[in-house]
Amino acid sequence: MNKWENNRAWLLTIPVLIIVAFSAIIPLMTVVNYSVQDIFGPGQRIFVGTEMFRSVLHDYRLRDALWRQFLFSGLVLLIEMPLGVLIALAMPKKGWSVSLALVVLALPLLIPWNTIGTIWMIFTRPDIGLFGATINNVLGIPFDHTASPIDAWITLMLMEVWHWTPLVALLAYAGLRAIPDVYYQAAKIDGASPWATFRYIQLPKMRGVLTIALLLRFMDSFLIYAEPFVLTGGGPGNSTTFLSIYLVKLAVGQFDLGTAAAFSLIYFLIVEVLCFLFYQALQNVGKGANP
Amino acid sequence: MDIVLDGVSKIVNGEKHINNITLKIESDTTNVVLGHTLAGKTSLLRLMAGLDRPTTGQIVMEGKDVTGLSVRKRSVAMVYQQFVNYPSMSVYNNIASPLKMSGLSASDIDQKVRKVAAMLHIDNLLDRLPAELSGGQQQRTAIARALVKDSELLLLDEPLVNLDYKLREELQVELQDIFKERNAIVVYTTTEPSEALMLGGNIVVLDEGRVLQTGATPYVYHHPATTRVAQVFSDPPINYLPGVVHGRVARLGQGIDIPMEGHLESVPDGKYIFGVRPNHLFLTNGSGNKAEIRTKVALAEINGSETFIHVSHGDTHLVVQEDGIHPRHIGSDLAVYVNPCNFFVYNETGHLLASPFQCE
Repeated sequence: MNKWENNRAWLLTIPVLIIVAFSAIIPLMTVVNYSVQDIFGPGQRIFVGTEMFRSVLHDYRLRDALWRQFLFSGLVLLIEMPLGVLIALAMPKKGWSVSLALVVLALPLLIPWNTIGTIWMIFTRPDIGLFGATINNVLGIPFDHTASPIDAWITLMLMEVWHWTPLVALLAYAGLRAIPDVYYQAAKIDGASPWATFRYIQLPKMRGVLTIALLLRFMDSFLIYAEPFVLTGGGPGNSTTFLSIYLVKLAVGQFDLGTAAAFSLIYFLIVEVLCFLFYQALQNVGKGANP
Repeated sequence: MDIVLDGVSKIVNGEKHINNITLKIESDTTNVVLGHTLAGKTSLLRLMAGLDRPTTGQIVMEGKDVTGLSVRKRSVAMVYQQFVNYPSMSVYNNIASPLKMSGLSASDIDQKVRKVAAMLHIDNLLDRLPAELSGGQQQRTAIARALVKDSELLLLDEPLVNLDYKLREELQVELQDIFKERNAIVVYTTTEPSEALMLGGNIVVLDEGRVLQTGATPYVYHHPATTRVAQVFSDPPINYLPGVVHGRVARLGQGIDIPMEGHLESVPDGKYIFGVRPNHLFLTNGSGNKAEIRTKVALAEINGSETFIHVSHGDTHLVVQEDGIHPRHIGSDLAVYVNPCNFFVYNETGHLLASPFQCE
């Protein structure tokens, strides 16, 4: 058969190609273009090759921000994933309380991200914030996220867990609801304990949704910007300067476009590779169990 | 061990799923529960298993009241319509899972698992995960899981309904042998009369949560006590023709006269319902076919190697089962022949007066 017989079908892909070009390829190529130049101002630029990448890789502030970012994402996942599953297990299974629980859970997800930062900034203020004032004045424990790096981290973690655990819980709940009742009956007949029921029925049946939850939560927490920007602005010192915040400081604060572009590409690659590794690892969890 | 259900009802949200059932099941028997969808078959099994507690009545096993006893303390195994296996465990571990709680040694467990796996022809699949098996193999694994622990009560809830025709026939034959070797009460639910007949044993005909009839399966097939039992226990459904008996001749439908001979002889004059199964309606006028029914073809339904011809005789709808595949013109005239000795006779309240069994 002639290979080109239906070549007009290719025309149908043009809209998609145009959308992808404008939304992804052209912006990405612009960043690539910036990353190999040193830009001083409009029309003033010199080609520098890989110098920007080298300087980025030797930037100790970037390396610090990267480790901070890993620590943050790791802690967030360690708390949010089990907590989300626990909440899903504890949620009601039928009746009006289901709707109530779903609405209450979804509330934090509906709030704009910088509003969340603002809410928590006020909430934890030592002078007027409900949380901050209670801790400082009623319990007598000094707590100030603008002064102490540890307090800043605690506040950020609390905010992130409050904001995003509901997503994990909702996904896990959907996974749980999809398990037919006969599985629980079979487990009962086998005399399985609640733990065994969870380990061998609920958890494997939730694997799909939990994989999605883990990927979403990893990516989102790794790219976090708005909330810490509003809440701490990266401080005190550099203690909560995550990758995105550092990137914006480079690009907007210092107008270091070349360095920022090189940094963006490296950032992009890290997220991409990690998501791929996570996905591959989770695909193989539970397989290859031998008798 | 025997089981007695004494006046058992199960009411869920005001709906009677099981309506005052009294039933005795003897030890070491195969029992088929036959009924249409929503007849209460699954509810009945769940009550027997101890997964649900009856609303009223009691369940007695071997003289002991077990009504409120938890399923964990009973010796029960169950196979479901869906293929239920532990998704993250290999076939081997799935089959071994009911034994893990029993405290058997690893070598005893291994021996039992391999034996039952060989019996169900899945011994070459022991390392696989359920998701890597075909539907038939998944259900074989689930059946093996139920068989491995030698429970006193083995419940199977339409286990073959989600399998294709070929696999179903294969497993039906194998299961018959497995049930025979087992020292347990086997209770098997189905909607299909042919499956019930194949498994034999005793039958419980269930309809709208009530037991309509119990007895040996072939006996009930030959003597369906009411018109409803005959409907449930016939596929395609049994044909009914209203008739009037007067002076040793019955006039059925629109001018079909049959002599009241043989098993019909004892039926006194009056109005009756005459029933005949679709496989006893013929298209040729062979010996003994003393009555002719003039009909028009409404629909011809090809089912495997048979054709079910739906015909109308006046207002009455009849189904004729014919061997082979034959196209029929809708609306064409068709003469159907019947041997009077194949008629069931029911009185107007639907109770059996005469069964054709003797004349076969």
